Amino acid sequence: MYSHGSESLIKQAREIQESELQKFYGRLVRLLQAKEVGHETIDSLQRLHLILSATKFTRILPPELHKRILLLISSPLEQLQVLSSAVLRETLPLSGQEVNYSHLNSHAASLLVSQARSRPDVAPLCAQLFRTLESRQSEGPAHSITHTLPILNTVITHSPECLTEEHVTLLSKKLVDWLRYASITQGGGTSSGGFFSGPRSRQPGPIAELDGTVSGDFFTVLCVGQGFTEDQWMNVYSFSMLRNWLLTYHSVSNCNTTADSANRLQLSLSLSHSHSFSNDDRSEVDGSVISMVSATSSSSRLLPPKERLREKAFQYCQRLIEQSDRKAHKRTDTELQKACLVEAVCILDCVCLEDTSLVYRVFPCIKALYGRLCSDLSFARVLVPIAQFYLNHGEMAAVDCEPVWQLVFGRFPAELFNDPFLAHELLRFLRLNIENLQLRVPQYTLSFPNLLKFLAWDSSAMVDDFVDLLPSLVTAGTAVELLHTLLDLPCLSATLVLQLRSACLPITEPSGRILQALDAFRNPSVRGLFLFLLRGEAGSGDTIERLSTLHELLTESADWPRVIQCAQTVPVLLHIFFNTVIKVADEKLLAHLILVQLERSSLLLKIPKYIKEVHRVFSCHLLKLCKLHPSLVVDQSHELLEFAGTTANVYSKEEVYTHVVWVLGEYLSVSCDARCSVRLITSCFEALEAVLFEITSSAPPAGAVCPNPRVITTLMSALAKLASRSHDLIPRISLFFSKLRTVTRGGSAAWCSDEEDLVAIVTRGEELWSLLKAPGVAQSVLTPPPHVNTAQWHRDTNVAMPLQLRTITSLTHSQ
Amino acid sequence: MVRCFLVHTVCPVSALSAAESRVLYSRVFGPDETVQHEDLDPEERRLQQRERVAVVARQVRSAVTLSREASGRQLVEMVPGEEALALQEADSGVVRLRAGDPFSGEMSALWVAVQSLGFTMVCEPHENLLLAEGTLKNLTRHCLEHLHMLGPGSEVLLKGDRIDVLLSRLLPHGQLLFLNHRFAQSLEKEVSAYMTK
Repeated sequence: MYSHGSESLIKQAREIQESELQKFYGRLVRLLQAKEVGHETIDSLQRLHLILSATKFTRILPPELHKRILLLISSPLEQLQVLSSAVLRETLPLSGQEVNYSHLNSHAASLLVSQARSRPDVAPLCAQLFRTLESRQSEGPAHSITHTLPILNTVITHSPECLTEEHVTLLSKKLVDWLRYASITQGGGTSSGGFFSGPRSRQPGPIAELDGTVSGDFFTVLCVGQGFTEDQWMNVYSFSMLRNWLLTYHSVSNCNTTADSANRLQLSLSLSHSHSFSNDDRSEVDGSVISMVSATSSSSRLLPPKERLREKAFQYCQRLIEQSDRKAHKRTDTELQKACLVEAVCILDCVCLEDTSLVYRVFPCIKALYGRLCSDLSFARVLVPIAQFYLNHGEMAAVDCEPVWQLVFGRFPAELFNDPFLAHELLRFLRLNIENLQLRVPQYTLSFPNLLKFLAWDSSAMVDDFVDLLPSLVTAGTAVELLHTLLDLPCLSATLVLQLRSACLPITEPSGRILQALDAFRNPSVRGLFLFLLRGEAGSGDTIERLSTLHELLTESADWPRVIQCAQTVPVLLHIFFNTVIKVADEKLLAHLILVQLERSSLLLKIPKYIKEVHRVFSCHLLKLCKLHPSLVVDQSHELLEFAGTTANVYSKEEVYTHVVWVLGEYLSVSCDARCSVRLITSCFEALEAVLFEITSSAPPAGAVCPNPRVITTLMSALAKLASRSHDLIPRISLFFSKLRTVTRGGSAAWCSDEEDLVAIVTRGEELWSLLKAPGVAQSVLTPPPHVNTAQWHRDTNVAMPLQLRTITSLTHSQ
Repeated sequence: MVRCFLVHTVCPVSALSAAESRVLYSRVFGPDETVQHEDLDPEERRLQQRERVAVVARQVRSAVTLSREASGRQLVEMVPGEEALALQEADSGVVRLRAGDPFSGEMSALWVAVQSLGFTMVCEPHENLLLAEGTLKNLTRHCLEHLHMLGPGSEVLLKGDRIDVLLSRLLPHGQLLFLNHRFAQSLEKEVSAYMTK
């Protein structure tokens, strides 16, 4: 654990004085001059590393010390290699530092890569690594070649442009050798030899499968033995980098089929006397074992290297899939089998994308694997790449993908919503294939109640993915239900907690408290409500009638951390929902959404902060929707008026209420919609007037705070706007303004707690009042014609420029 | 490819103020991200690399905090010798690092949180995460054991070379390896030999 001692070490390393540091450097140089490397040297190097790495600022070593440390990197002692490489990584390379690329050990190579300043920097290293591969393996010390593939993989991942056509050919051939033709007898380690063991017992035994049976086919990463030969190690490294290689080698320019066919010609000519790759001569029949996997395929020796690699990769993966069915003795090996299945399926997908003719040969294998795994959800993470394979190639192979989608969109989210890794992988799969899924998999958009379970369970980790996915789930057909579902997401989160607890725990909490919600969850009379939340597919109704009952049952969940986290993500998603829905919805749907907003503003799980945030989102988008389609206000005037005419809303839904009033005042006008009659304006006026009278005539009801001054001024403005459109109403609102002035003369009012606010309200009232004394002016100010509002003149550069020039001229000329 | 491996604090510990966290070990694999910007001077490059590591540590730290808060599980103090149990009880998860924040491409950061310590591996997102998860847990176990991290010592700061060696065998140059238990044993033997020297 992190202790005070560690913290003070870091502080010391950061704050070390320059003089002290120089002394330390000097001592280290002296230590390094000595022939023997003692404990003190190691200790000092470790301290030096801490001093350099503890600060974000770069410290430069004295050149003498730097050179000495650089020498250590080729020391025979690994600890010195490691320490010098670690120290030098933390500082800057010496200028003009010569690099000897041959005989690079692994730690030196990694230092070299980390210090590469530009892409051309790594090209010589890349070339050297390929030379190492080309040379005979037995030359260097044991294991010297094993680090070559990993570092090569790093280099080509970052700088694929270092690769040449020859490199691609060479590595592809080498990989084929190591993957397909590694020894099938155990390597070293068997010669434990005793006095009685004769030479015969030293004969290396055959390799075994994970279940202990003798292996009857070629070597793979799923084969075990007492020890391993070098080519068996290379088999591991080759398979580990195979997929990345298959993905990378495309990037070599012009390295495509035309080059391949040229190669094919060259290859067939030189086949008889190929000497650099002796393994190419190896016949599959002459080899010590005939592969069950490859025996059926046509001889691939005549294929060009890349095609041959694809062929061998296919065989290797096929064998892995076969081997993964064996019962491994060790738990870690069982996990490795799963990881191998993932890799095998991904590689097969990769080779099929490259060479579509392989699809017909590979699909039966994938299909059989799917059949083997689909009923066991512990293989879910293997089934994700299988789903990708079906999506990529199912159409071409004319395979029925339906069962796969039922699993991916059905059982996975419903039963595995609490597996963070599956969630991450599945959502990534969805993100990468959004367009394809929308096009080919109709279940996708309908499965949102299920998919959202991932979000409801682990909101903070999943919200990022849903920010990307949500727009694809918003369609005209699902919008209303999706909106309800998003609003009830915290309820879903609570329900998922209950579902898991109900399965594994007694009703009492550790504290002895009885969870009423859990009781309810198990109660058959309200079970339907929870089941609705847990539904897997959209289409069974937008929402339920007894929503308020459900919210009451879940009251105690309002302070569960998981539910609160979920509630915090909903506003973000609501914004995305509304921004998307205006692009896909017609006016009828938008009208419906306005009604849902009005209705749901009072039907939410009782988390005060959540309610407030949702109201804010509603207000923002109500405004946007009405601005975009002003006639929606006339369409929905009945419901909007009912909402605005209810005094209680002033107190409980202040934000939404204010915006509804503003929208009514702004858009209930003939200029927005010809259907807007005088009668409509009058009835709206009367409804708002009644509320304004009520809230300004007495103290707020018990338990409520004074109405926000903004509500009052918005009501006054809305009434003035309406009056300016129907002049008969002017005397009524004027009467209110005069009363307001009289009542507040004393400087206080029961409905306004702050004196300054009251002054502001009265001032606003007086302004509107005097404006309304000239009805013509009032109309043009309160309901300005569109061209004034859009105010293009000051944004239009053509118009604005002369204006600016005139202003400047008048300023300069006046002096 | 794995882009980096780091060990850092993930929750307030007594030695640090509540908002602070420390990166105790970090190793970036491969050439630097900014290798295509040749005009960047090496100091700036190092600074940026450290900032990237710090961003990852911060993001994982909040992911761990939120995940622990949501699950509501109580942390049980463990002592040296209980490494296997500590790992079994550890929380784990994965954070999506969006392209540009802090790496130029999208990345997946896998984490394992043991008590106040986080072990994080940043992978390219198409990487075999099942394999990565197994490798990360294995690395975590070895780090806990070989650097006695459940105890109060500071070995992780001074003996980072042990982690370097561990990585050079089990995650050479950021390459995830498909190691069955026999291959793993053979590499772990090399690692143990290094540790006892």
